[in-house]
Amino acid sequence: MAQWIEACGKDDIDEEDVMRFDHGGKTYAIYRSPDDKFYATDGLCTHEKIHLADGLVMDNIIECPKHNGRFDYRTGEAKGAPVCINLKTYPVKVDGGKVLIDVG
Amino acid sequence: MQSDRLHHASVEGMERFFYDFPKGEERSMTKLTYPRDYSLTGRDSRYAEEHHLVSAQWYQAPIPRKRMKELMQRSNGPAIRDTIIWFAAFAITGGLAAWFWPSLWSIPFFLAYGVLYGSSSDSRWHECSHGTAFKTPWMNDVIYHLACFMIMREPTVWRWSHTRHHTDTLVVGRDPEIAVMRPTVVLKVISMFFAIPQVWGAIKSLLLHASGRVTEAEATFIPESERAKVYITARIWLVIHLAVIAYAVSIGSILPMLLVGPLPTMYGAWVHVLTGLTQHAGMPEDVLDHRLNCRTVYMNPVLRFIYWNMNYHVEHHMFPMVPYHQLPKLHEEMKPYCPAPYPSTWAAYAEIIPAVIRQIREPGWFVQRQLPAVAPAKAAE
Repeated sequence: MAQWIEACGKDDIDEEDVMRFDHGGKTYAIYRSPDDKFYATDGLCTHEKIHLADGLVMDNIIECPKHNGRFDYRTGEAKGAPVCINLKTYPVKVDGGKVLIDVG
Repeated sequence: MQSDRLHHASVEGMERFFYDFPKGEERSMTKLTYPRDYSLTGRDSRYAEEHHLVSAQWYQAPIPRKRMKELMQRSNGPAIRDTIIWFAAFAITGGLAAWFWPSLWSIPFFLAYGVLYGSSSDSRWHECSHGTAFKTPWMNDVIYHLACFMIMREPTVWRWSHTRHHTDTLVVGRDPEIAVMRPTVVLKVISMFFAIPQVWGAIKSLLLHASGRVTEAEATFIPESERAKVYITARIWLVIHLAVIAYAVSIGSILPMLLVGPLPTMYGAWVHVLTGLTQHAGMPEDVLDHRLNCRTVYMNPVLRFIYWNMNYHVEHHMFPMVPYHQLPKLHEEMKPYCPAPYPSTWAAYAEIIPAVIRQIREPGWFVQRQLPAVAPAKAAE
């Protein structure tokens, strides 16, 4: 069942960037792509639980700040060593200048 | 939460950093004694786990996110420029060495070629393993595999060992890349300058992996899913090495083996060992602060080209996503939070040589860095 939560304002994230969002004891990463779309994934790298929000967004890739593991944040796909497990992704919508994610 | 536990304590007159445990939490039965057990499956590996030294939070300098984003930006330009120079230097030195062979005039060209082959490959391997040298991933991969072959580090094995090195830097029983273990074995350190232990280890490793096996230690950091790559690469490399030897035998000259294979890895290793030992030798083990267990050393432009700016080693460990060509700028940002850098390679060795000699008899002793008052030892939040 959908459970939409307000994560941040649309303008809180620069284009081609990421920010951290904590809710309900979990941490998420919210992305704004170069083509101004928003995405959300689990906030911790599947390799060693590092916060991805400290990493670098390049086009549609988020790179983990600790070991440079890369994911496609649109699909959560792990793009190669040292990350082998995909990231969980969450539906996102923008409503009235707010970014909402479905954590249900 | 862990940051609250980090504190100083005096052990046998030496400052150490370790974690205290909340009341009620069971204390480890594993005791820290010297000599340490550097294996990845032994006593000190258990000690590290029991004392929260594994995958721990490390100190990070508070560089603003906006600035970090600027510093992390990738670019192909600097690495393409450096790689063109690198290939040209190979062609010139290798070509002239072969041209003058077998006269004595070939020696200086072999020496230069060897440094390119057996030393500059270390930094290329390293930077490309992080995926930061080039912006374009396939460029990182091509140079990574080429440099791995030159320095005889199997690409999959070393990608994973280096990942562990960054997770648990100088944590005994966890870090597979501790170069100078304690107590210091001087002969081993000297032989490293000729890559004797490295190449001997690489040959044994290639044979093992070609047979479809990994060591018990490797099994702790190489996932099952990656091991097929280890085996196939080892077999390909062995075929290449045997082909070079066969070619040398067929033409009745050692020249091909002086240009490709273990020999240039060995006779050219000394510069990468010279620069590499400045990274951690003599520094404390089992601390969760790269400012305490890494050195940043100012080096001349030639060494920095060979070493691809890894002399900014505190910076690299604290923020491994910053490309080598941006490290001088990161260094400026981090200065207020770090100990003073070493003004020269000589200055670093003025500390390293007495330190490792002292660690022959006093393996518990280590170099202590003075942290700035504005940024005392504290794990990252």
